[in-house]
Amino acid sequence: MKRLCLLTIAALLLGLASICGPFADAAPAEKNIILSTTTSTQDSGLLDVLIPIFEKKTGFFVKTIAVGSGQAMAMGQKGEADVLLVHSPDAEKKFVAGGYGINRKIVMHNDFVIIGPSADPAKIKGSKSTTDAFKKIATAGALFVSRGDNSGTHAKEKVIWKAAGTKYEGEKWYQQTGLGMGQTLNVAAEKRAYTLTDRGTYLALKKRLDLPILVEGDAILLNVYHVIEVNPAKWPKVNAKGARAFADFMVSPETQAIIKTFGADKYGSPLFFPDAGKKEEDLGK
Amino acid sequence: MDLIYEGIKQAIILLITFDPEVMRITLLSLKVSGTATLISLFLGISTGTLVALTQFPGKKIVVSLINTGMGLPPVVVGLFVTIFLWRNGPLGFLGMLYTPTAIIIAQSVIATPIVMGITLASMQQLPKKLRLQILALGATPLQSVWVLIKEARLPLLAAVMAGFGGVISEIGASIMVGGNIKGYTRVLTTATVMETGKGNFEVAIALSIILLAMAYCINYILTHIQQRERRF
Repeated sequence: MKRLCLLTIAALLLGLASICGPFADAAPAEKNIILSTTTSTQDSGLLDVLIPIFEKKTGFFVKTIAVGSGQAMAMGQKGEADVLLVHSPDAEKKFVAGGYGINRKIVMHNDFVIIGPSADPAKIKGSKSTTDAFKKIATAGALFVSRGDNSGTHAKEKVIWKAAGTKYEGEKWYQQTGLGMGQTLNVAAEKRAYTLTDRGTYLALKKRLDLPILVEGDAILLNVYHVIEVNPAKWPKVNAKGARAFADFMVSPETQAIIKTFGADKYGSPLFFPDAGKKEEDLGK
Repeated sequence: MDLIYEGIKQAIILLITFDPEVMRITLLSLKVSGTATLISLFLGISTGTLVALTQFPGKKIVVSLINTGMGLPPVVVGLFVTIFLWRNGPLGFLGMLYTPTAIIIAQSVIATPIVMGITLASMQQLPKKLRLQILALGATPLQSVWVLIKEARLPLLAAVMAGFGGVISEIGASIMVGGNIKGYTRVLTTATVMETGKGNFEVAIALSIILLAMAYCINYILTHIQQRERRF
């Protein structure tokens, strides 16, 4: 009886492991691509639409690792990713200049917006400029929630703080979540705080948040996404072919057409604007 | 409250319609954590028994190490396994990062000390004379160990439950070494975090309920066996 029981347990666990069938067959290494990208492309649902199309078309298997732009580039810098889809232009330029990345191509843009409680305690609505709004938040000491994770959004936020010339780090009203955009929006909604967000993630989550857009449309708020291939000369293990195929796919006319309409049916307006072939300097004009 | 109600409703809908994505995620969770538990049982029970039944200098240190290991934080395990499996890391040639196998490795590392620690405790609480008696009755050392393991089977079942419970519910390691890749390494816990980030709270609640229900079913079966055993 006792032995029977032990056998039952063993059989149970073994059965458990085997009934589920073999794991999805891992593609051979040269067919795998590691795409390191920002949380906004995943949280907005854009990649869920684009990646299956790419995989079907090319036979590559994309491993999407959604982190902040900062971490995405750190992975690329160590040769632990093949291709990046990021939105932190200053850091990207440094990344390419450092020889870590090649063929940086513009893919699309949307914009950042400042959102906050509708009561607007710092009275930033109707501010002349974004920097002006940030100054008002600092002066009023109204709670501001920051990503604090070196993401593209965080980098943009720091640029604005710097332009505003206000002290923010370590202040009581300035809190860092260290989380992705979606979760940071949830935190801001819960705390009734101001935050800077990309419009794509904001629109995707809007129905859950009671935080209207207070400032938008300023040139400094432009949010541009680039695709960068990790330099195979620096890291021989990088899947250069796959990276090239993905980068080409992102700027191809078919993909750009999908980006142009993505989200329009669900959110009333598209989440991203396709920009392949344009120059960054010409955007927002 | 509405949200929780909605979540429960959605969980039931996802389950009865056999939603392919949810099924795949659930089965992968079961398979990964089940395999990791099996590996940890093999390593944990053998090592735990060995440490319990032998005397050696520094045994106290080893036992404290094992007991500390029972509380090993999954993120720490995740971080180290990631560093080892990086393409340019020591085990990079295996090409195993961001695969289900990588999650199994990390979860085995988490569960093994748990199983080992409980095995150790349960073997040590067996009467000392029992072993002498078994040996006196003419059992070979191997036979005596087998008899002792059988004697300790009730707490050992607790080890199985604790080990499985520890890994099915962990997220830190799974997301770091697995990467939460859709249809490939996305498990219940990582999917829950992602859906929360996307603001899909109903789906997140639904996934949590599936996770809880699954853990309950497996523990129910194990408890059933354990408690039935007790009557004899």
